Amino acid sequence: MNWLIDFFTDPANWSGSSGIPQRLVEHLGFSLVALALAALIGIPLGLLVGHTGRGGLLVVVSANLARALPTLGLLVLLVLLLGTASIWPVLIPLVALAVPPILVNTFEGIRGVDPELRDAAYGMGLRGPQVLLKVLVPVALPLILLGLRLAAVQIVATAAVAAYVGLGGLGRYIIDGLATRDYSQVVGGSVLIVLFALAAQSVFAITQRLTVSPGVSQRVRIR
Amino acid sequence: MDEEPLFRWSWVASNWDNDTPNSIVNLLGAHIVMAGLPILLGLLVALPLGLACVRWRWLYQPVAGLMNAIYALPSLALFMILLSVTGAERTTVIIPLTFYAVAVLIPAVVDGLGSVPDHVRQSAVAMGYTPLRRLLGVELPIAVPVVLAGLRVVAVSSISLVSVGALIGQGGLGNFFTDAYQRDFYTPAIAGIVLIVLLALVADGLILLAQRLLTPWVRARRST
Repeated sequence: MNWLIDFFTDPANWSGSSGIPQRLVEHLGFSLVALALAALIGIPLGLLVGHTGRGGLLVVVSANLARALPTLGLLVLLVLLLGTASIWPVLIPLVALAVPPILVNTFEGIRGVDPELRDAAYGMGLRGPQVLLKVLVPVALPLILLGLRLAAVQIVATAAVAAYVGLGGLGRYIIDGLATRDYSQVVGGSVLIVLFALAAQSVFAITQRLTVSPGVSQRVRIR
Repeated sequence: MDEEPLFRWSWVASNWDNDTPNSIVNLLGAHIVMAGLPILLGLLVALPLGLACVRWRWLYQPVAGLMNAIYALPSLALFMILLSVTGAERTTVIIPLTFYAVAVLIPAVVDGLGSVPDHVRQSAVAMGYTPLRRLLGVELPIAVPVVLAGLRVVAVSSISLVSVGALIGQGGLGNFFTDAYQRDFYTPAIAGIVLIVLLALVADGLILLAQRLLTPWVRARRST
């Protein structure tokens, strides 16, 4: 406990380039950019595959394979191969590991929509893209959001590990603290990362409540 | 100086089993222990907890919320917080991975038991099965595919997550990643990634095999 008090009461940790506010903004920045890129790739692809029904097996198999890839190994290899001149060697693994959960859950969500619902939408005269956007996406939204949440969890954790290969953010406290045997810094950074992850998790829980149609989430009983 | 090749096979030969703690064989063994124990312990803990959640439905919502939160905690942070309690030992890696395993497996157990059709349950009751025999003889076997689907996720992600432990010197094959970074040397990083992915594929295959053996009726139904 003393370590925590040391860490959070040290004024050096509250200002400048290695202060907590700065590190927090960095961590949030990388995470948001990676999540946005992963969503830009994963959601359209998942919608396409789920709606057309082609390539589903490929999506599931590649997603399983991606889960087996060790994040630290990927980070180290890309940084060794491409150098640290730009942010890409670190950003690529972050995005690569976040795409599969988004892709698979979007695909499963669209594919899992009751076929009768889909037929009814066509029967009412909606066209393919309209069926997708007005019926399939709202019904699949809980799973799409689950995919985004799992991806966010993965990104926040990987961004912490990425401090090892030179990325800024809250992981720096852990890596720098280990290097200088400053244990209060290690524990303080870890607690900040845990709080950050829990906050990210809550943002998704709230988003889900606000955006999922009450009929879909069955918060309102349909008669 | 010659250009460093992407992969030096001679490194594999000289590090295969060279009597140091960081030989490929020794790290592979450590990796299997550190990933395997959380998988087994997770299943042991999640089964009774999952059963409790099915028996007392009101338990499930709060437990599921807690499990979601646990799953969101970054492994690196947990390793570091535990470091002061358990030291740079294998336990420091095993404990958080066990928590993740439990977090994934409790919903799998609950969903698995939920997948038992009501008429099957009622038939068992009508045939005079006691609740315990019904659970062991009817409900759990039917839940096997869903539980094992969760176990596959746990196995593959545990195997890849162990490598993060390399940052406290206990990463199994992940130790090759820190080694590669410190020496600016591609080969150990590539070898580590390949071995970890292979290990995950083997574990996945073993669980699929177990599923085939535990649910013989699925094949019998398909062949008719």
